[in-house]
Amino acid sequence: MTDAALTPNERSGIVRDGLAVGVATGAYGIGFGAVSVASGLSVAQTCVLSLLMFTGASQFALAGVVAAGGAPMSGAATALLLGTRNTLYGLRMAPLLAWRGWRRLAAAHVLIDESTAMSVNRGTTEAARLGFLTTGWSVFVLWNLATVAGALAGEAVGDPRTFGLDAAVGAAFLALLWPRLASRRNVLVAILAAAVALSMVPLTAPGVPVLAAGGVALLVGVLARRPDRTGAPADGAPAEGAPADGAPADDAGREDSAAGGHR
Amino acid sequence: MWTAVLLACVGCYLLKLAGLSLPERVLHHPTVERVADLIPVALLAALVAVQAFSAGTSLTVDARALGLGFAVVALLLRMPFLVVVVGASVVAAVARLL
Repeated sequence: MTDAALTPNERSGIVRDGLAVGVATGAYGIGFGAVSVASGLSVAQTCVLSLLMFTGASQFALAGVVAAGGAPMSGAATALLLGTRNTLYGLRMAPLLAWRGWRRLAAAHVLIDESTAMSVNRGTTEAARLGFLTTGWSVFVLWNLATVAGALAGEAVGDPRTFGLDAAVGAAFLALLWPRLASRRNVLVAILAAAVALSMVPLTAPGVPVLAAGGVALLVGVLARRPDRTGAPADGAPAEGAPADGAPADDAGREDSAAGGHR
Repeated sequence: MWTAVLLACVGCYLLKLAGLSLPERVLHHPTVERVADLIPVALLAALVAVQAFSAGTSLTVDARALGLGFAVVALLLRMPFLVVVVGASVVAAVARLL
């Protein structure tokens, strides 16, 4: 994989960025561990989620639905809906990473917000692979270590209400949502979705309101003909190319919001 | 619970692998992309609302709402994730003591 097209300086810069993102996500991992145990999952289930699911927003969602009293399967369905995001990342990353066989199978596991953000704008396959791997695997290691620490701490606390841990769950979701509220359409969708979910709480089994709110995304996404700030052409052409074409400052902002956004 | 955990784990992995394996044009459509962008927004907003203002199948306003209020202020002040989350817990816990 190393054919020395990158200078040592470039290499160490990419590696350093990847490790920094890994360290930053550790904090979220502690939060997930504590929140998950407070939601009623066991320490083992919490750790399995971080090891095998390994996509932060989906993990938080499963725990959150269970915490609200929802059926575990509703939690799983919500997690899967949030996981569809990674499919789109994969479509964008596949030609850039150009991996096949077992390497692709391994890469898929660490295909997340952070690894995509840290490699999607690299010019060459070698640089993209390096950014993807260092970010992906450093996040993986630290996310899992942090999960164990958070889960054990959460278990030691016992009743989540004691230290207000039940309030931490909502705060964590809000922090994940916050960077996505930059455009007016997203704010509108967020308000509608919250209203739909709350209005369904008295009517349906716990867990269902959140899934129903996903329908708002579907509805607005299908009905909205005009592009929102992105300037994507109505059909076909390179909506997907827009991020890569952005100015450097714009790219940095994107990485920021992706890295901070979904964990 | 274990069944749901493991099914969701497998499903999330397959979603990632599908992205790396499918030809790009399959999902390359503006509507698909818009919906995919909006799904996390809608689900996270719904989770915030349900977490803060419901208990089982009833709507409630309790100490968690105060915790969420702190989280909003902390996010407006661009505080880091841990401060937002831990602060919200502390505010809710203190409110319950009072």
